[in-house]
Amino acid sequence: MSAFLLNRLFQSIVLLVIVSIIGFTVLNLMPGGPLAQFGLDPGMTQKDVERLAAQLGLNRPLWIQYLDWAWRLMQGDWGHSFRDGSSVLAVIGRHLLATLLLMGTSTALAIAAGTWIGIRGATQRYSLFDYCATVGAMVALSVPTFWFGLIGIYIFTLKLGWVPAGNMYTIGDGSVLDYLHHLILPSLVLSLVHVAIWSRYMRTATLDALSQDFVKTARAKGVSERRILLKHVIGNALLPMITLAGMQLPSILTGALVTETVFTWPGMGRLFLDSLGYSDYPVVMGLLIFSAIMVVLGNLITDIVIATVDPRIRLA
Amino acid sequence: MTKHSATTSNYSRRDALRMVAIGGAVGIFAPNLLGKPAFARASAKPSGRIIVGLGQEPTVFNPLMAHIEVDDGVHFSVFDALFRIDPQGVIQPNLAVEVPNQKNGGISEDGLKWRIRLRDDVRWHDGKPFSAEDVKFTLELITNPNFRSWRTAGHALVRDITVVSPTEISWRMEEAFAPYLSFLTETFIVPKHILEKEANPNNAAFNQAPVGTGAFKWEKRVAGDHLELVANTEYFGDGPHIERLVFKYIPDLTVLYTQFKSGDIDLVGQPYITPDHYGEAKTLPNRVVTLLPRTSFESFYLNLERPQFRELAVREALYAAIDKESVIQGLYYGVPTPTETFMPRQSFFFNANLPLHQFDLNRAAKILDQAGWAKGADGIRAKNGVRLAFSNSTTSGDPLREQLQQFLQQTFAQLGVEMKISNLPAAVMWGEFWMQSQFDSVIVGSSYLIGADPDVTNRLHSRSIGAKGGRGSNNAQYANPEVDALLDKGARTFDPDARRAIYSRVQELVRRDLPFLPLYQSNSVEGLKKGINGFVPNGNTRTESWNALAWYWAS
Repeated sequence: MSAFLLNRLFQSIVLLVIVSIIGFTVLNLMPGGPLAQFGLDPGMTQKDVERLAAQLGLNRPLWIQYLDWAWRLMQGDWGHSFRDGSSVLAVIGRHLLATLLLMGTSTALAIAAGTWIGIRGATQRYSLFDYCATVGAMVALSVPTFWFGLIGIYIFTLKLGWVPAGNMYTIGDGSVLDYLHHLILPSLVLSLVHVAIWSRYMRTATLDALSQDFVKTARAKGVSERRILLKHVIGNALLPMITLAGMQLPSILTGALVTETVFTWPGMGRLFLDSLGYSDYPVVMGLLIFSAIMVVLGNLITDIVIATVDPRIRLA
Repeated sequence: MTKHSATTSNYSRRDALRMVAIGGAVGIFAPNLLGKPAFARASAKPSGRIIVGLGQEPTVFNPLMAHIEVDDGVHFSVFDALFRIDPQGVIQPNLAVEVPNQKNGGISEDGLKWRIRLRDDVRWHDGKPFSAEDVKFTLELITNPNFRSWRTAGHALVRDITVVSPTEISWRMEEAFAPYLSFLTETFIVPKHILEKEANPNNAAFNQAPVGTGAFKWEKRVAGDHLELVANTEYFGDGPHIERLVFKYIPDLTVLYTQFKSGDIDLVGQPYITPDHYGEAKTLPNRVVTLLPRTSFESFYLNLERPQFRELAVREALYAAIDKESVIQGLYYGVPTPTETFMPRQSFFFNANLPLHQFDLNRAAKILDQAGWAKGADGIRAKNGVRLAFSNSTTSGDPLREQLQQFLQQTFAQLGVEMKISNLPAAVMWGEFWMQSQFDSVIVGSSYLIGADPDVTNRLHSRSIGAKGGRGSNNAQYANPEVDALLDKGARTFDPDARRAIYSRVQELVRRDLPFLPLYQSNSVEGLKKGINGFVPNGNTRTESWNALAWYWAS
């Protein structure tokens, strides 16, 4: 196990270095840059822009900028935002909780609903429920999330007045109930696509488990269908789902770009979009590295969990 | 420079008439301009809260650091400058007790020596007294080479700053520079006693929790969401009247409008309500929606160094081929106003006598024929081996501008002119591509003035061409010796009437030379809830929240 972990750790570091080099190069080679936002300011002269570029270190050769950034990163200094001067880790920290709340809730919803729909679809194959679930999943996968978001706001906020138009909480309130009230629409909208994915995978996995010999044996022994399902099928069907859940982990922490924008949710997805729009290189690089670490971690945790719950798999 | 007043304004009858005429919608709110009217001020305690919705997130709270328009709303509320500019373009005292001029001796006859007298009743939010030392510190910090200052133009000319007394400061200018007074209306004073202790003012804690002298104190910021300011009950001026001022960040403009409709925000700030929602917004119950002139202009901007555009005939023909009326009515829902100049129509310096544009495709063709631009085998005009073909760029993802491009592309094609559309993301567009004049032509919305000062040296003087090593952003690469001389003279002239003659002539020359084809002056569709009083738009500042201290809810 430890050899496996060491090996994975080494691979992860190499991966992070490659990701950072590519990310840094692509980002810095884009024309424009962080000072482009001042191009239309009537009071900003060319000299002012050049002075700022020098102060931000943007006039140095690219490889020196990268090495400087990487060296600082290794010392735990993720740099400072070009926009407001705060440290990148503080910027990420400020947005992380909002994302965790939204993505965590929607993922939990998606897993619960998707598991139930998938199992019921598999056990009642070709029933009306199964057909409805299949068509529903197709629609949820085909239609962009922002569309559901806008329609949701139109119906449930503007027409019915049931839920707020967005935001994480009412300014000046911020009670638990208020948070929950604001969470309803965005988490439901965001979970739609994940319910679709999860239910399809769960259905297939359940069908697969149902066709296994041990299920036939159990049936032959006269075990009840309910007991077969609970004791033999669901546990086995959930095993491949662990991989799927592991793949979800990075997105739980890195946010949903479009949904956060539509629902004015102050999370990581929107931070990434904003930082990219302003070419705030230190923050974009910080988010890139953060995402890469999450992906690596997600995969590692998945491997370990699978090995733990499935005795047939041994990590070496 | 703009008109400026001392503590007591001294307007002539002509000034008064002009102000009434200019005021328009602003005039309706005039009694509330600098605070709540006396009769409404029975309860002195600030109460209520106003939420301003913004399309970009304010992030730079040190007002001296490089920042964008949207940060100004916070700066105007938390800090004070020596002067403020009112909606009529009149400079009013803020931290100073009077606006210096050559008559009151605040500025010497040669324009080189400045003396400012300051208020003695101002305190920082932490209770420390404000003094001339803070002003000196601020002006010196701006030109500190290690500090990431915003604009240094004007400030770089200041020499020998002397603190005469806690309430008086003087300095010498390297050369006479009349626009500096206007620059100072956008220069907020920061506290010396806090910032002087910082080893690196660029990363100071102050930048995330500023301490000012303004009508509102910093409360908290929820990054990516909103920030809250709370009333400074010790403020020296009249106001504030609301207890809390909240700036809420809503990046998607449709969502911004939806939240205005649903009542989540009380007032729509930049970038305001989009023109396509104007018709519906006007009909919303319990909302006040008004069109208000901005100082920014949409123009078809040309790179005069491109051989296609060097000849005036080409620029005239292209201008005549633009059906402005159809563009404004058909594409922009009638929201903007056609213009012939870069000067806002509400400005004292606006030249209303410029020749009016006429859409006439036949005339456009005739101009090109006479100038020798004949159609080739491919149907595109050419002269001396130069095809009348060029690319046009604007920020991608702006559907209205993209429609405008397609409309112009088709019209120009009828004339035998080929226009290719080549759009770029904003972060790319306004960088080197724009600053270093790497474009053929662009559609751009930009302001020319700082505050309300008519000086446009940075945009139109030949020594401001960045692509030729100049200091400014004359990106059209426009060069006219007469304009240069006038701009030099205008910057040294302090008398408003003399300056008016100078800048009227500049506008005539620019209209004649057409370095850019003026399309329209922008109007913002401003929306607020019924019941908010004291809201006064001010086209001379970059923010709708410039006088939030005067806002209050009708009881």
